[in-house]
Amino acid sequence: MTVIEGYPDYMLKSIKLCEDKREKNMARPVKPMSMKAREEMLKKYHPDYMEGTKRELKVGKDKGMLLYNGIVDLLESRTVIDSKDIDLSKIDYDVDLLIIGGGGAGTVAALFAYESGVPKDRILIVTKLRHGDANSMMAQGGIQAADRQEDSPSLHYLDIYGGGHFTNKPELARALALDAPGIINWHEQLGVMYDRHEDGEFQELSGGGTCRNRMHSCKDYSGMEMMRNIRDQARNLEIPVLEFCPVAELIMDDKGQIAGGVAFNLETFEYYVIRAKATILATGGSGRLHLANYPTTNHYGATGDGLIMAYHAGANLLDLDTIQIHPTGDAYPEPLVGILSTEKIRGLGAIPLNNNGDPFVFPLEPRDVESAALIKECKEDRGIVTPTGMPGVWLDTPMIEIIHGEGTIEAKLAGEVRKFKRFGIDMAKQPILVYPTLHYQNGGVEINEKTETILPGLFAAGEVTGGVHGKNRLMGNSLLDFNVFGRRAGIYAAKYIKKAKIGKLTLNHLDKFNKMLEQANIKPKKSAPIILPEYRGEMAISRALDIF
Amino acid sequence: MTKEGQVLIEKPKESKAKNVGEKTETVEVFIMGKSYKVPAGLTIMKALEYAGYRYIRGCGCRAGFCGACSTIYRKEDEQKLGFDLACQKVVEDNMYLVQLPFVPASKAEYDIDKIVPKDSTIMGIYPEIARCVSCNTCTKSCPQDIEVMKYIQRAVRGDISKCAEISFDCIQCGLCAMRCPADIKHYHVSQLARRLRGKYLDTKSKNLASRLKEIENRKYDSEIEKLIKMDKNEIMDLYKNRKIEAEEEGEGGD
Ligand SMILES: Cc1cc2nc3c(=O)[nH]c(=O)nc-3n(C[C@H](O)[C@H](O)[C@H](O)COP(=O)(O)OP(=O)(O)OC[C@H]3O[C@@H](n4cnc5c(N)ncnc54)[C@H](O)[C@@H]3O)c2cc1C
Ligand code: SF4
Ligand code: SF4
Ligand code: FES
Repeated sequence: MTVIEGYPDYMLKSIKLCEDKREKNMARPVKPMSMKAREEMLKKYHPDYMEGTKRELKVGKDKGMLLYNGIVDLLESRTVIDSKDIDLSKIDYDVDLLIIGGGGAGTVAALFAYESGVPKDRILIVTKLRHGDANSMMAQGGIQAADRQEDSPSLHYLDIYGGGHFTNKPELARALALDAPGIINWHEQLGVMYDRHEDGEFQELSGGGTCRNRMHSCKDYSGMEMMRNIRDQARNLEIPVLEFCPVAELIMDDKGQIAGGVAFNLETFEYYVIRAKATILATGGSGRLHLANYPTTNHYGATGDGLIMAYHAGANLLDLDTIQIHPTGDAYPEPLVGILSTEKIRGLGAIPLNNNGDPFVFPLEPRDVESAALIKECKEDRGIVTPTGMPGVWLDTPMIEIIHGEGTIEAKLAGEVRKFKRFGIDMAKQPILVYPTLHYQNGGVEINEKTETILPGLFAAGEVTGGVHGKNRLMGNSLLDFNVFGRRAGIYAAKYIKKAKIGKLTLNHLDKFNKMLEQANIKPKKSAPIILPEYRGEMAISRALDIF
Repeated sequence: MTKEGQVLIEKPKESKAKNVGEKTETVEVFIMGKSYKVPAGLTIMKALEYAGYRYIRGCGCRAGFCGACSTIYRKEDEQKLGFDLACQKVVEDNMYLVQLPFVPASKAEYDIDKIVPKDSTIMGIYPEIARCVSCNTCTKSCPQDIEVMKYIQRAVRGDISKCAEISFDCIQCGLCAMRCPADIKHYHVSQLARRLRGKYLDTKSKNLASRLKEIENRKYDSEIEKLIKMDKNEIMDLYKNRKIEAEEEGEGGD
């Protein structure tokens, strides 16, 4: 039997160096880089700037736009549904509001649509896996909101905008910063258990690229605590949810409005026609596309479906030429590769170290810069290579216990402790090995302050959208994003519904899209959206027969 | 290594396992009784996929956060049943396993705004917790190592805060509820406790309250408007020269 217990000897030797230099490393931290140094670091070592990761899109609304290859591949694929296979005359669900995606944004939207007067049985959440199987459930670090006296929404705005390399849509960044305290207040009313000081004030940490400590957390289960509460609230209100029924394509009407979607039952393979006066796209991110071959932190259903179906209908996209790789994905042991070790670990004071036990970067640079610095260290052979060939650098977690006292790690990073303990690693005593991992889809379907897309009847919120974070998102701003824009989507869609009139349903846009592919001389081998990633063993797939 | 200097290990290759372990390269597992040989060192989830299963149910976050992948296993010649998460637990030789993608467990419906948190509140909504026979089976089944019995007993005693605190790391996988001889739905009980604590029992932030007032009075509107209108070079300078709190303190706040 194979049991992996702790680190192999050669790694222990390197860990010894980290231990010997720990005191010195803590006393003399590396300073943040200048803007110029950051730029150079990114140019040389971040996949966004490397050759061969991206290409121009040849079809549709954003023809000519530069996007990651993996996304272009899907945008240049056939529509997954053939319009001829669907009978639109039989409507299975007729509702006011269709919400696609039962994660954070979708559920928040449902709650606020309900509060804004849409009756519960006129709302339908349709989701791919179970309600709450979503990236939102996995967020560890926390959520930003400028509520301390030393802080202000204006400073928060400046951080968002600068962190996004000044490419964000300003009005979206403003909404994010200004709505934030209200969201925390709403969470308090729902019953979210935030980490607090004795006097009730929040414990707030710093995060990469933030100028004030404004990260609110719920131990290292922040997203789970929010999602559990929001979902419990939706369940108490009995808002209808269809699980294991991903929407595969949007439905339009003869007036060019979005009028619902075609859902696909993953277990019976039936399709359902859903007609809706307004549709909210809340399908989250696309980490499972493994862009640029990175492992990912994302949940199983994060395959970018929302981008694809919205594009088929004529929506436009933003900033998909950048991806967010998170600096501290796990690199060892093998079963953990790609899984996130929260940024909070650095927020609490742990410093990245190379194989000689030397620090090489300010621990809280913006994520893209921090990642690039880690990649550089490994490319220049100052990383540690695991037995499976995965490179990584140390994150010296025991520093946290020295700074904040013994037991801090157990108290604040329970999930992380549990994860490593299974493999015989005690992160309070030994550093952990990390390497960047694909984490977040910075861009997506363009929205405005009211979460409207350019298509009438289609609203969007959360990770599927573009513009809020520009070309780079800062930690803690996307839990905030799904709350701020989920809420707005619910409210504005409820308003829209009052006046909306749906015409005759059609799937003509799919035929049109397929024709466009033909005209652009693209011969697609695949269809999209892909719904679920394919992880079956190559051996098993190569011998599979399609006879049953 | 690919051109990105990356290793994509979502799909394991047979050869990869050999350095990790001590002796064996492959292990034999029995998926619902049927034998498959899979590389050692894989999680149960990746082992099933390696064998050719494609998940629909039983797989959510793939990282120990969602509780979708509850698994029961027994190793050949062992008395004890094991309980764990397929995405976290590494396969062992001669492991018989089955996943439980769904645990039927009714949740009480309540209006959190109308509940008054008292000693009897939880018992009133989930009266079955009184039937706990202290067998500790729930605790032994919990993949999160939570003291499940203890939090149920705190709930019985009306200690909402403690029930909330002990249960905080619950990922709602349902393994405890599956096994409880008293048919208690532990994870629904503790969800209620946590909401009650977060909403009613924890002291609230004064800073937040005053910031909300300021925002309501539009204190920041013109300031942000100015930033939005500012020319690019000016705002870049402002950003570059802003003071960073964490740097001054030399640590991550707190
Ligand atoms: C491991 C991890 C840690 C993170 N940590 C933090 C953090 O500390 N702070 C922070 O601010 N952010 C963090 N993030 C980012 C943040 O959690 C997400 O960006 C955010 O929660 C996204 O919310 P969402 O509602 O847009 O998407 P999701 O929560 O992912 O919800 C989308 C839902 O739509 C479903 N879906 C997808 N396709 C379809 C379809 N075709 N039909 C129907 N349903 C579909 C999905 O299955 C899912 O349930 C983290 C992310 C991850 C993965
Ligand atoms: S308490 Fe129960 S539902 Fe929660 S994690 Fe433990 S076994 Fe799973
Ligand atoms: S399994 Fe049920 S009866 Fe046994 S200790 Fe837990 S709650 Fe009590
Ligand atoms: S898949 Fe979410 S806990 Fe295992």
